[in-house]
Order: sequence, then structure tokens, then C-alpha cells
Amino acid sequence: MSPGYDVLVVGIGGQGTILASNVLGEACLIEGRPVKGAETHGMAQRGGSVESHIRIDGEYGPLITPGSADIIISFDLLEALRYKHYVRPGGKIVANRHFVVPTSVFVQGASAPTEEEIRARLGDVGLCLLDAEALAAEAGSPLAANIVMLGAASHFLPLSPDSLRKAVEKLVPQKTVGINRKAFDLGREAGAGCRE
Amino acid sequence: MSKQYLLGNEAIAHGCLESPVDFVSGYPGTPSSEVIDILRVQGERGYHVEWSVNEKVALENALAAAWCGVRALCTMKHVGLNVAADPLMTSAYTGVTGGLVIMSADDPYAHSSQNEQDTRCYAAFARIPCLDPSTIQEAHDMVRDAFALSEEFGLPVLFRPTTRICHSKGDVTLGDVKANTRVGRFVKDPRQYVVIPAHTRILHKKLNEKQPGIKKRLAESGYNTFSVKGRDAVIASGISATYVQELLPDDVSFMKIGAYPIDEAWLEEFVRRHEKVLVIEELAPVVEEVVRQVAGCVTVHGKKDGHSPYEGELSPRAVAKIMESAGIRPKIQFVDADPLPDIPPRPPIMCAGCPHRPVFHAMRKVFRDGIYPSDIGCYTLGLQLGAVDTTICMGASVTVGSGIYHTGEESDIVSTIGDSTFLHTGIPGLLNAVYNGAEMILVILDNRTTGMTGHQPNPATGMTATGEATIPVSLEAICRACGVHFVETVDSYDLVGLETAMKDAKARPGVKVLIARQPCVITARRAGIKRGRYRIDPDLCTGCGLCVKFGCPAIEIAGEKPHISDLCSGCGVCAQICPFGAIAKEGRR
Repeated sequence: MSPGYDVLVVGIGGQGTILASNVLGEACLIEGRPVKGAETHGMAQRGGSVESHIRIDGEYGPLITPGSADIIISFDLLEALRYKHYVRPGGKIVANRHFVVPTSVFVQGASAPTEEEIRARLGDVGLCLLDAEALAAEAGSPLAANIVMLGAASHFLPLSPDSLRKAVEKLVPQKTVGINRKAFDLGREAGAGCRE
Repeated sequence: MSKQYLLGNEAIAHGCLESPVDFVSGYPGTPSSEVIDILRVQGERGYHVEWSVNEKVALENALAAAWCGVRALCTMKHVGLNVAADPLMTSAYTGVTGGLVIMSADDPYAHSSQNEQDTRCYAAFARIPCLDPSTIQEAHDMVRDAFALSEEFGLPVLFRPTTRICHSKGDVTLGDVKANTRVGRFVKDPRQYVVIPAHTRILHKKLNEKQPGIKKRLAESGYNTFSVKGRDAVIASGISATYVQELLPDDVSFMKIGAYPIDEAWLEEFVRRHEKVLVIEELAPVVEEVVRQVAGCVTVHGKKDGHSPYEGELSPRAVAKIMESAGIRPKIQFVDADPLPDIPPRPPIMCAGCPHRPVFHAMRKVFRDGIYPSDIGCYTLGLQLGAVDTTICMGASVTVGSGIYHTGEESDIVSTIGDSTFLHTGIPGLLNAVYNGAEMILVILDNRTTGMTGHQPNPATGMTATGEATIPVSLEAICRACGVHFVETVDSYDLVGLETAMKDAKARPGVKVLIARQPCVITARRAGIKRGRYRIDPDLCTGCGLCVKFGCPAIEIAGEKPHISDLCSGCGVCAQICPFGAIAKEGRR
């Protein structure tokens, strides 16, 4: 295994995965550590499944290999399942407990999995679930769900919470700094229970 | 000097500002678009920047700028270089005085493209240098220095980042932005700039005579490097070099190629010091072919003997497999990990409130057995609605339509094309269809922007790349000027209006044009247009499912009956579809 720490952020186009990955990159810069990343742009963003790779202490290429991610941060429970094979044995998945049923399911009349079914299939990895929407709403805006997720994941990342907070404050729109600061802290509180 | 966490294209744009670049043109195309999108919003600008109407136009503009002695950048995606190939091939003959860098971004795995062509082949074809970065830092440094290299050779330089450079991120050390000081001066020199046969024969000879010097200079450029460690060697190019470096055992030699053409003598010296050489590169076997030419009795592995694929993009795991297959044990042993089965797919779809969706809906209703040639844009997603039968390249919806008509095929032919794509290369096809007597309908999906690539303005929007007001061209006037008599403009959200116009067009002879107009829902939202949300009255809803089949992501099924989620943008089309009047604007009932 490479000596760095590999983070896969997944979700649906429009949920703010790119901002979340930028926060991780910025936090690495604050700590003076090398970082590489790769993400989905272009048409694939239109409501499709999206992924951001972030390799903390990354010296080489930007892509994380399936079976070797240290952590998956998933903004949608179904997407956690889609990318589960990326996590390494003993790795962690921090996921939003809600999911959006893909439109393809409705249009083709297929049946959507239930939350229980998805959770059962995720059962054999270290799973940390939280209600990102509710916490974001509590912080002041449903748009802050991505920062809630980072707060929850912060217990497992090799970056100090202070660096992450500074990065959040630098990258979110100025008007929303207070909301996002609260979102990070609420997420961090919710994630505390997932630590061994 | 500062260190920032940047997208590859942001680092490339910054490298251009450090050079500094004086003239920028291009046409949007994933994964290249962000370079101009960044350069066009810089506050204090000492350079000209434009979105041109297509890549040929962009390159000719940039070439002229470079003839005037200023530094010019021209950006496009790989398939855009096909459009620009005409000026490209002869620009190598005329050469340049100011630096000309042509960024043609390749897309291995066709993440957002119609093919996987390799720009390095174009460089070899045109006999001009090509730079192929392996990291974001190198992309930044290469493009910054490429202008000077272009001036040194007196030739355009192709710069070829791939998706995993353009859309990757990394910590990048940046230099200072320089102020623009050059002013263009055109110095007349017909023997250089008028390529009549008598001149061009001489220019071709001069181009060929430059080649040995270019190879020698690039071998010393620092972009092509090696270290000798053992009897086996791996030679890699572009992003795959970083995958190899992560996996390379300590006793295996390594060579990285970042600049073309490769100096054969320099390469031969390295290759002949080994027993076995493995070449790892994405797409075409450009490096491998040169290695095989100079290898003598050294064993060469790569694409041509089946160890490495010709198609798709490489990854650390793919590189590990290639190394193992060629008998070089990678430093990291990856575990096998495959996606789980039976997970409902989540492909990209047209947005809730996308104005293209109702047009496709009406088309399928009015032209039930029609043939639907389409084009390149978000609306290619109409494939999911059964409303796209062909897509090949920019502008080909019109020409494929007229071509099908002239075979005697009797079905209605209804082509769809976006506003930006129509202005890019759709107009000549329309002119041709009218001129040669085709019978077809062209629907221009006019969403007032270039949507898929990130909402760039175009000549119909009345705004330039830098946000200044300009003359908005009329799509209706262009179509009429092409000789089309039936040109109707309809609101894309008005289903009845769409169907009426389509039926009207169907009944008439010749080439008919419908312009379905409504701003892209994303730009409308950004502009602050609020329409309110729609909801389904469960008492009136019969659960017939017609609204669900419309395919809007805001319409979900919860239990027996559908409901509308907060993705709703208020376009109101579903309310027109519901036969029971169960859908209405929130608060209306």
C-alpha cells in the first residue's frame, strides 16, 4: 500500500462533492502536505453519479485504486454501495443515511432498494451513518450537507480539525461561513459516536 | 511564487498568464473549457480573449496573432482539432513569429467525447512539436515555456493534456503573472504567408529540415528524462508515467517521455542498455513505434504484442497488470475489487425543467415513426427518451438528416441541434440541405448558451466571452438567409405550441426549421428566475404514470402515486401532460 491516505468522496452531481474535495485539498496545503485529486466534470455532472478522488500525501497519480481507499465519504447512501468496492479491508465508509432514488428506476418501472437493504449490503465495512440533511438544516441551510459530511469524517482523516475548519472558512461563500462552521461542528459531533 | 491546490486547467491558465499570453481563442469542449473560462474572467486583462464560433475559426485567428508577433493560445478538445486540421497542417509550413500554443485536450476512455483519438498523431502528421504533461505541475510549467519554444522553432506547438490532467487537482507552485507588453505588427512576407504552390514547396522543405534540430533540442528540454537501474526498463508517457513511478521496482530503469518528436539516437542509447523494455502509454502506440524502430535485438513489450490496450484510459491497477504481464513485478500488489452487482444505474440525465425534454416529448408524439438525427450537447441525453438516433460530430444532425432523405427513405426526418452547435458547424449543412432539395425538419434547441461545457456565451446570446454586450445574431434570420421558408419560433415549455408547429411543419415541403427557445434551466436559476413549484393533487391523480414517463428527475414515485420533489423548477410541462388536471402550481388550489 502507498504511504498516503486515500479519500473517495462520492455523491450525485450537484451535491457539492467538488467543494468538499477542495476543502480537503486546501487543508493539506495549510498543513504543508502534498495532495493529488481527480474528479468528474462535464456532462457526467448532470444528476449522475460523481466521484472525487483525494490522495492526502499523494506524490504520484491522482487515481485511487479499487480496494485501497482508506475512507469513502458518501453524500448518498446508494452511492456508498456503488463505490463500496473502493474501500480497503478495514477501511471506513461515512455516509448520509438518505438516498435519492435514480430517475431510471421510475422511468423503467424497476424497484428501488430500501434503506435497510442497502445498509445490510454495506454491513461488512466500518460504517458511520448520519442524517446530513437534518444536521445541515439545523446549521441553517440544506446546502451545507457536504460540510456536515466532512465534519463527521474528520475523526478519521489525518488532518487536524483546525486545518479543516480554516479550509472550510476560506472556500465557502463569505455569507455562509457561520452556517458552514456550525455544519462542520454538528457533523463532527454526529461522527464522534462512530469512533472505536 | 505561491503554492495552491488547483484544477489542472486552472494551473494551465495560470501558466499562460506567467508567459504571458497576449491573444486567446478557442471553442468550449470537455476537458479543455476551463482554461478560457478562467482567462476570460480575469480582472485586469492585457490580452485579447474570445470564444470563437468553432475551432477552425479559433485557430486561424490565433495563427494570425502569432504572425503579428504576439503570443497566442488556442484551446479545444481533441475532436475540435479535426475541425481545425485544415489551418493546422499548413500553419506548420508558414510557421509563426510570436509563440503559438494549440491546446488540444485528449479524453482517453471518452468520459465526455465521441471518440478516443490521440493528438500526438496530429503533431507527427503536421511535423510540429507536441508536449504531453504527466502531472499538473508539469502542465503548468510546460505551457508557460511552450510559447518560448514555439518562437525558438518558429512553429506552432501542440500541447496535449488528457482528462486526468485537466480535471485532476494537485498542489502547484505558481510563478508571478507578467504584464503584457507586446503589440502586434504584421510584417508582409508573401513567400511565408501566401502558400501558392511555388512558395509552399519551399516551405515544406524548410519544415522537414527543421526536424533534426527540434528532436535534439527536445531531448535536452528536461521533459524527456531517464534513470538507468537494471536490465529491464519501463518507458512511459503522459499521466501513465505517474502510475508507473508509484509501482516501479527499484531495480528497473525508467524513462519518461513528455515531448515529441523523440530523438531516435538519444532513445536508442537508452534502449540498447537493456535486455527488455516495456512501453506504457495511453491510446496510440506513438512512443512504442519509435522504440521498436531503434530496439535492434532488445525485447520490446507494449500494445503491439498485446500486453497493453490500445483503447481506454490507464490506471494504477491497469498499469500493474501490464507490468505483471510483461514480467516486471509491480511494487504494490492490488487486491481484486469489483463493483457490486444489481445497483440501479445513475447516469447523467437532463435536469428537472430542462427545456430540451418537452421538445423531445412533442417530437415523439407528432413524428411517431420519425428518424431523429441529433448532435453534440446536453440534448444527446435525449437518447434516454428514444429521441436520438444518430450522433457523430458537431453539426452532423443536419447533414445526416439530408443524407438519409436523399436515399429514398420515406420516414419523417427530424434533426435536433443546439444553438451553439448550429452556429459552430450547423449552418453549412442547412445551406446544403436547402440547396440540394432535401425534405426534413431541423429543430434548433435554443437554450441561449453552450450548456454542456459550462454555459459559455455564443454569437446568439449578445454577449462576448468577457461579458461585454455585442450584436446578438438572429437564428431566424440565418435560417431564412440559408433559404428556409418555414422558420417558426416556439416556447420550449409550451407543449401545445410545439405540437402545433411540428404538425404544421410536417405538412409542408422542403427544409423546415423550428426554433424551440427557452433559457437553460441552470442559467435561468442563476439569473434569479423563479417560477414556483408544482405539486400533484393525490385526490385527482389516478396513478396513470404518464408524468413519470416524461422522465423529469423531480417526479418521484412514493407508494402508489407520484409526487414532485424540491428539484422542481416550475417549468409546468408536467401539468400540460397530466390528462386529469392533477398537477398545478403550488398554492393555486
